[in-house]
Amino acid sequence: MNKIISKEYFSANVVKFEVEAPLIAKSRKAGHFVMVKVGEKGERIPLTIADADLQKGTITLVVQKMGVSSTKLCDLNEGDFITDMVGPLGKATHIEKFGTVVCACGGVGTAPMLPIVAALKEAGNKVITVIAARTKELIILEEQMKQYSDEVIVMTDDGSYGNKGLVTNGVEMVINREKVDLCVTIGPAIMMKFVSLLTKKYELPTVASLNTIMVDGTGMCGACRVSIGGKTKFVCVDGPEFDAHLVDFDEMLMRLGGYKDIEREELEKLSCASGARK
Amino acid sequence: MDLNEERAQQWRADLRNEIKTKDRTAKTRVHMPELDAEYRSHTRVEEVNLGLTPEMAMAEAQRCIDCANPTCMEGCPVGIYIPKFVKQIEVGDFLGAAKTLKETSALPAVCGRVCPQEKQCEAKCIHVKMNKPAVAIGHLERFAADYERESGQISVPEVATPNGMKIAVVGSGPAGLSFAGDMAKMGYDVTVYEALHEIGGVLKYGIPEFRLPNAIVDVEIENLRSMGVKFITNCIIGKTISIDDLKEEGFKGVFVASGAGLPRFMNIKGENFVGVMSSNEYLTRVNLMDAASADSDTPVFLGKHVAVIGGGNTAMDSVRTARRLGASRAMIIYRRTEEEMPARLEEVKHAKEEGIEFMTLRNPIEFKGNEQGRVTEMVLQVMELGEPDASGRRAPVEVPGKTETIEVDEVIVSVGVSPNPLIPQSVIGLEVTKWGTIVVDQDSMQTDIPMIFAGGDIVRGGATVILAMGDGRKAAAAMDKWIKEKN
Repeated sequence: MNKIISKEYFSANVVKFEVEAPLIAKSRKAGHFVMVKVGEKGERIPLTIADADLQKGTITLVVQKMGVSSTKLCDLNEGDFITDMVGPLGKATHIEKFGTVVCACGGVGTAPMLPIVAALKEAGNKVITVIAARTKELIILEEQMKQYSDEVIVMTDDGSYGNKGLVTNGVEMVINREKVDLCVTIGPAIMMKFVSLLTKKYELPTVASLNTIMVDGTGMCGACRVSIGGKTKFVCVDGPEFDAHLVDFDEMLMRLGGYKDIEREELEKLSCASGARK
Repeated sequence: MDLNEERAQQWRADLRNEIKTKDRTAKTRVHMPELDAEYRSHTRVEEVNLGLTPEMAMAEAQRCIDCANPTCMEGCPVGIYIPKFVKQIEVGDFLGAAKTLKETSALPAVCGRVCPQEKQCEAKCIHVKMNKPAVAIGHLERFAADYERESGQISVPEVATPNGMKIAVVGSGPAGLSFAGDMAKMGYDVTVYEALHEIGGVLKYGIPEFRLPNAIVDVEIENLRSMGVKFITNCIIGKTISIDDLKEEGFKGVFVASGAGLPRFMNIKGENFVGVMSSNEYLTRVNLMDAASADSDTPVFLGKHVAVIGGGNTAMDSVRTARRLGASRAMIIYRRTEEEMPARLEEVKHAKEEGIEFMTLRNPIEFKGNEQGRVTEMVLQVMELGEPDASGRRAPVEVPGKTETIEVDEVIVSVGVSPNPLIPQSVIGLEVTKWGTIVVDQDSMQTDIPMIFAGGDIVRGGATVILAMGDGRKAAAAMDKWIKEKN
């Protein structure tokens, strides 16, 4: 049982939690994730750790309401307990001095990018962060990113804030402007796919942090498997970060949609149930 | 008291004389009552085997001739005092029999259900040498353990005076639990760390309810708790806390029993289509996460045409689960013949009774899917048996050009697992084989890092509950000796 210390809404569907987890706070590194389960009959879902506070003994999670489990988690409040949480899992981000690094993130992927940006900066890199979202309200953590980045470029689909365009437009702008040594991307699979296609064109080495379906998260079930350069790898123990140019994103997208029908039915049940409560 | 003294006790001697040996061996072996096959193929949680009645158990116990040299015990990896508990059953001392079991086994109700007795204790029974069916030692073990549990008079094994020495166990499966039980008995302060949110390891996530109800596992775990064993869930040694952290906290020894991990796949075309999954994933969803219940948030596919690839016990567990979850066709696809199948005969028999189709001498070579990426068809290569291979079994070879395509909407791959990589990845200096199993001294289960011992599937790669438990006992004895010699 892990207590929620604070809850903050980034937007109507995106919530930031600080959760009591002193051991995880101590051992986690940038790139690690936790498995979280809400309720006795809850589902185990992976969430990348966005930050940690050693003094308070907390970790930060940023969650977007998507399906049943993320909705149940987002409905928890300060003082409530998360039934089960385990981690840190996965391999930590490989951090060294690469030179100039573009960090391309979108949606809630911006949250787990924050510790990576901080670590890259600390290792002496020039860090240019591109944050993208559909519209102004969905841009998160811009101020925090500015603390660690040499430059933050904001992109919105509708042009309501920053530059109008997709994350790829922002990345391409940087590539055309200066020499870039590495790109790191975290966000929806479809976004990472297009970032990867773009950087491949420019032969820019790119790392993508994948978020697939997992059951145990400890290397046991194989639900998270992805094809990396034609070989099957497990995101939970071999990843979550991989050479983006080797990732079969189309297959990953197909597998992510595997339970969509069941998920839709469950969500309807959940909204009926909460409707009945009101 | 040693075994010979036990056997020489008056009550045992009298009992032996009560019935002539030839009358004992002439009796027919008890038949385990079972749930009706048609009924049980639609019920997921009811156990198939119903257990013996006291009368049946006492009658079966009479078949045992209480040999002077009980070879059955040699066949038991945890060395249960078999003749003693069987004779206790014969005289109706069921609680005494349960106590005897617990002297050497932390999980008698589990072993009585899932051990392959026909390959172990029962294979060495004197009756077998006389060409007669062995004494049903497994059924009797289950009977005694169940009787004790249902009586409400559960005995707690004697625990030595606490010696204050802290021991950590990594993983709460059969190896870890067996080790924890023995160390607690010797007075150690034992803490078991479990990565998942439930205690029990493969007993919970792997073996289905119809073969081993979770409630029964929980009772055995409670028993360990009452012996002073502590359990911490959601904690991964090597990730959440390190072995060095444990050392700093004063732990004197660590037993790694983190089990089998990574499921193996076949690396054939279409294997990543949606609906193709490992048996670990399928069984974890259904068993640990209770995904087939309406109130569970974890989804599971309820396939109508389900193919399970493999011929082991895990394959049987998966295919029988699929049948219970509504598959009209639940099929075992195996590349050899039934004779070479590693699964227990009982599991194969039960599966057939439940309407499982056995498609042997077939090997999948490709999966096909629809536009959404859901698996729809599977191409099978027809095989025949050739010359014996390294395992001594006749190797399956392809019949050139002969393939079949069958319709499937769910495929469960059950072709084995590799060891869990978490501990080998995170403990620097720990010697592992190229397969990722931890290297140990065969006699002591000690690794090249003296304070770390290991056992079960993390050492064996993939074995049975009882072999893992045997490792746990061996490691406990060796660690105790090592700690005492050091101090």
